[in-house]
Amino acid sequence: MTTTTGLDTRWAAVRAGLSRGWIETRQNLTETALVIGQAIPPVAYIAVLVFMGWILRRKTLPGTDFAVVTMVLPSLLGVSIANGGLSSPAASITADGEDGTLLRAKATPNGMLGYLVGKIVMFASTALLAVLAIVIPGSLIVDDVILDARSSLLLALIFVVGMVATVPIGLALGSLMRSSAQALLVPLAWTLIMGVSGIFYPITVLPRWLQWVAQAFPVYWVGLGARSAMLPAEMVAAEIGGSWRTLEMFAVLGVWAAVGFLLAPILLRRMARRQSGSALAKVRERYMSKGY
Amino acid sequence: MQSSTETTALALDVRDLRMRYGTRDVLAGVTFTAKRGEVVALLGPNGAGKTTTIEILEGFRMRSAGDVSVLGIDPARGNEAWRARIGVVLQSWRDHKFWRVRELLAYQARFYAPFATAEVARPWDVDELIEIVGLSKSAQAKVMTLSGGQRRRLDVAIGIVGRPEIVFFDEPTAGFDPHAGRDFHDLIHRLSDFENTTILMTTHDLDEAEKIADRILVLDEGRIVADGSADQLARELTTAAEVHWSSGGRRHVHAVREGDPTAFIRDLLVKNPDVSEIEVRRASLEDTYMALVRRVESGQSRGGDKPGETAGKNPEVQA
Repeated sequence: MTTTTGLDTRWAAVRAGLSRGWIETRQNLTETALVIGQAIPPVAYIAVLVFMGWILRRKTLPGTDFAVVTMVLPSLLGVSIANGGLSSPAASITADGEDGTLLRAKATPNGMLGYLVGKIVMFASTALLAVLAIVIPGSLIVDDVILDARSSLLLALIFVVGMVATVPIGLALGSLMRSSAQALLVPLAWTLIMGVSGIFYPITVLPRWLQWVAQAFPVYWVGLGARSAMLPAEMVAAEIGGSWRTLEMFAVLGVWAAVGFLLAPILLRRMARRQSGSALAKVRERYMSKGY
Repeated sequence: MQSSTETTALALDVRDLRMRYGTRDVLAGVTFTAKRGEVVALLGPNGAGKTTTIEILEGFRMRSAGDVSVLGIDPARGNEAWRARIGVVLQSWRDHKFWRVRELLAYQARFYAPFATAEVARPWDVDELIEIVGLSKSAQAKVMTLSGGQRRRLDVAIGIVGRPEIVFFDEPTAGFDPHAGRDFHDLIHRLSDFENTTILMTTHDLDEAEKIADRILVLDEGRIVADGSADQLARELTTAAEVHWSSGGRRHVHAVREGDPTAFIRDLLVKNPDVSEIEVRRASLEDTYMALVRRVESGQSRGGDKPGETAGKNPEVQA
């Protein structure tokens, strides 16, 4: 019928997706409602750093001469990376399923491809901005963290690995949720996991079984990676086994990435199949009558 | 009206389409065709199966049985090249609310560029399309700030930005003000007359179907109960009339197939001395549509391809 090849058409969709990612990133930076939403976590984290630095100024990390707050900064970076990869994709895909964004993508040739490329660009750029918003003021507030060429490069690597490990899982989780109200479960579960992942104090103070629970999730490992990049070598004493366990970190995050890449396409396709004008009308009616 | 892009004479070819959920038949053997450039309205009450039909044709829903061809291709197997040739007009609600009108339309347009052919230039020029749907003044407005009518114009623009050969509209003018409705009719005519675009729209509003469509298909309980142009439907009805009267504190209606209801009224007056407020109304298309729907609902007769075969047979309807 035409001379069009599948590759040409998919490439056009990828480029459209890149433009989508850029447009939505710009919206995140210019729309007041979105800016506030983006700014709350970094501002809160910086406040936590200032507060902890003052309250616990004489408290040192067990087995080291460094202040506890020193380990909190890279740990919070790990939280931001994993949060940007897990919570926001989950929430955003559920919302897009409910408001018709996904249906529009489905009605467009290669629209789903463009949508996903756009989302990944948007999640990555937004998470990167959140990381910068913490690391720049944070390294001025907190003593003893290292921010040189080596640690920046390692952080960049951990950022990429962390996003690859979490975005597909986030999308898979979001596509399982039937409504935005259900999608609130993700940040709730997220908070619980964060609490045991050795962010505000070394994980080694927790009971052994809780340590194992925390180590099953990516948050702990992204945090560990960020600590290995930014903390002085002596601070490794407060970690499990007295080691940064770099290999284990890449292995666990690699497993999460593999599980995500396996599950996300299946669950996204299942979610896309459910999309139709009548399904959308039902959601709309539910909102009109129940409000959520 | 003929275009060189024509590969098959029929844009839509639906034969014995069936859809079953559990034990319930939502579509019980729907058969119809649409030629290129034809504007077809699928008319019927809520729950008639209109949306199910259109979603099957859009490739968004699997069917239970029957043969379906949209632009020569089975929607269940339609690939992205097929998708590029069809337009689906969705009803926006909250999607893309921070996007600007032109920005969103230009984004959607990008997907269609590689599907351009020697015969069909894809996509539509975005600024020209914005002009056509009457959104020039709102081109830089955020989608969330548009009025309901403007939003529907944007939905239409997004649906046709790829210069589709067939466009599906599900209840297109729900929520339109009269002015927007008029513009919509003009746009539909422009698409079918100048672009040779085939249009299938669903509606429960006979008036709308009459104004827009070349042909009206009346769907009820999963079957096509009437198929013809608005003129054909109206011509069939010129003989029918309705007699309304009050008796025993109730309003009664009787549909008369023959043109002269006098005999019926004479008989009525003789048999019922308390009859008052007699009124004779020539049946409108609306009355016939409602009668068709009521008859199918009451299960008195089913099927029939011509409205004339089914119109006005209803002996008595108590209102």
